Amino acid sequence: MKNDTKTYNIDVHHVTRIEGHGNIRINTRAGVVEEVKLCIVEANRFFESFTRGMLPQEIPWVVGRICGICCVGHQLAATKAVEDSQGITVSPQTVLLRKMFNESQFLQSHVLHVYFLAVPDFVGAPSVLPLASSHPEVVKRALRLKKLANDYTAVMGGRVIHPMSNTLKGWRKLPDLAQIEQIRDRLLAAVPDVLETIAIVKTLKIPQYERETEYVSLKHPDEYALYDGDVFSSDTQKAVPVRNYRWVTNEFTVPHSTTKWSRWHRDSYAVGALARVNNNFAQLRPEAQGVAETLGLKVPCYNPYMNNVAQVVEIVHCAYNSLAMMETVLNGGLQAEDISHTPVAGRGFGAVEVPRGILFHEYAFDETGRCSDANSIIPTSQNINNIEQDMKAFVPQMLPNMSKEELTLHMEMLLRAYDPCISCSVHMLDVEFTD
Amino acid sequence: MKPKVAFFDFAGCEGCQLAVLNCEDVLLDILGLVDIVEFREAISETAPRFDVAFIEGSIHREEDVERLRGIRARSTYLVALGACACIGNVQARSNFIAPAENFKRVYGEVDRNQAQTDPEFWPLWAHTRVRAVKEIVPVDFELRGCPMVPAEFVHLVKALVSGSIPHFPANAVCVECKANENECAFDRGETCMGQITYGGCGAICVTNGYRCDGCRGVLPHANLAAHRQLLREKGLSDALIQNRYRLFCSAEPLGQEIRR
Repeated sequence: MKNDTKTYNIDVHHVTRIEGHGNIRINTRAGVVEEVKLCIVEANRFFESFTRGMLPQEIPWVVGRICGICCVGHQLAATKAVEDSQGITVSPQTVLLRKMFNESQFLQSHVLHVYFLAVPDFVGAPSVLPLASSHPEVVKRALRLKKLANDYTAVMGGRVIHPMSNTLKGWRKLPDLAQIEQIRDRLLAAVPDVLETIAIVKTLKIPQYERETEYVSLKHPDEYALYDGDVFSSDTQKAVPVRNYRWVTNEFTVPHSTTKWSRWHRDSYAVGALARVNNNFAQLRPEAQGVAETLGLKVPCYNPYMNNVAQVVEIVHCAYNSLAMMETVLNGGLQAEDISHTPVAGRGFGAVEVPRGILFHEYAFDETGRCSDANSIIPTSQNINNIEQDMKAFVPQMLPNMSKEELTLHMEMLLRAYDPCISCSVHMLDVEFTD
Repeated sequence: MKPKVAFFDFAGCEGCQLAVLNCEDVLLDILGLVDIVEFREAISETAPRFDVAFIEGSIHREEDVERLRGIRARSTYLVALGACACIGNVQARSNFIAPAENFKRVYGEVDRNQAQTDPEFWPLWAHTRVRAVKEIVPVDFELRGCPMVPAEFVHLVKALVSGSIPHFPANAVCVECKANENECAFDRGETCMGQITYGGCGAICVTNGYRCDGCRGVLPHANLAAHRQLLREKGLSDALIQNRYRLFCSAEPLGQEIRR
């Protein structure tokens, strides 16, 4: 097919779970790209509005409901922000438990993403569902790893989705040491499953498209930053404190999206596993660095499709890091702590890394101790702009060499690479030629 | 022929669909018993009819209302999946604020006005109010809670697959809490909604050291006046009682009461 005959009108309705509902729209006429739009059509829920009037202790519990998949991260970012507003500092024990809690969700989310997205491509299946009969061993391994990660979250937080044990100052009910020991043993026994996962991902044919962009993540002097740190830019090689996060996100609105967009030092920036691995590679556990090498991930990496690989690297990092943290807890035991608190006025800021990238929360409380202002900036809304920029850069490069089906598939895969939801198996495209 | 099952999501965190996938031990068995014909994450939305449609999320805009009515018309059974679909969940608290004010608080006045200028995308911004599914179409079964309880989901699927009607006893959370031999939240100096809230969760929040905030909705014959009086006696002002009732139950009659 000659380039100048390529008139595509691709309109993908409710394409993927980008925190819900999104559409892709691509129009090309006679080989020229006329329009590339990523439309976010999710209905508003107004968390930043209706949280007003709530008490400090209620905020993390309620705003965890922003996302079922990142509920632990939302709870933790909100807990840190509320504690900052209330002048609360927490014990090393609480920090350690929160890091374990957070990494349990990384394991769960990344495992889901790799298996529900990458594996169907690998075996040429339209989704994970048909694999249950055609590749039962792959599906069973995915479910085994996912169950282990879920059980880890439940042991730490009381349940998998919207856990209730974490609160201001510490734990309402401390995790059970015997259960942590069981999770440690199961994690050790899961090494063959993890190795098999790496082997599968190594066989994936990753599209080779690069676009240099700004990578933004937390950075911490002592560790691979997932729970704490300052906000680091790959462009400036400098970090700003979390309380200045608005310097970073610079949110703005566009008519075709109910999600706000972000930009910092250039038109857009990327957050997530690839941003973290790019910015903090040296602090990954050696086992994870080895996996990066095995899978051909060299930093800095400007190929957004490699985010899938970066997630596998983080699975290995979180697994080994969790084993070390579990040893610390099992050796030192856990002490009950006073978690009582009388609300005061104040404003506070909190950030954590969640599987999809850096997450910011901010709250203010009035003199009666009730919430008067709230703001939350989620990773996916920071990435949307960058994804659309990638599409605008890649569609003209891909157009001369690809059929409409290939082009559509590559756009699907680009979205999947950014969004580690199970749902992102975007195999439901409705592609039409205008001509 | 295996029953055709479909999942649809509206406004919510999608955690209840995730909770379905978290039934790892029985997921493959369930896939052997039913045909999942619509599940946005996995397959295209093309099936003409469903035996069972699961609805996740609350309903906010006219386009969502139309979509929901279309699903109801094509479904034998319709199940509200989780607190957003059953009772509007936490976001129904935004109903006490005008939509334009909600948009202003989230986007800022200038950005709100700029974003709402392109007629092609107006339907996206046409928020009316947060409604439970039953406010729009008849609901056959409710899987309550935030998130829904996997055991109840499995019970419902088993019953429908075997041609019987699933039964969910209307006990209070308080009953299950006693069965767990928990120390009462009131005795810990907390206040709790377990007396007036639908059970079925096993009182999981109180069991893990928290209280019940009523995410499963209010029991039809609960003594609400007595509960309000109890909270007053524990020192909660009417403003704080209203705040509490409006954490998860804003779209319930309890949350809509205005007391002076």
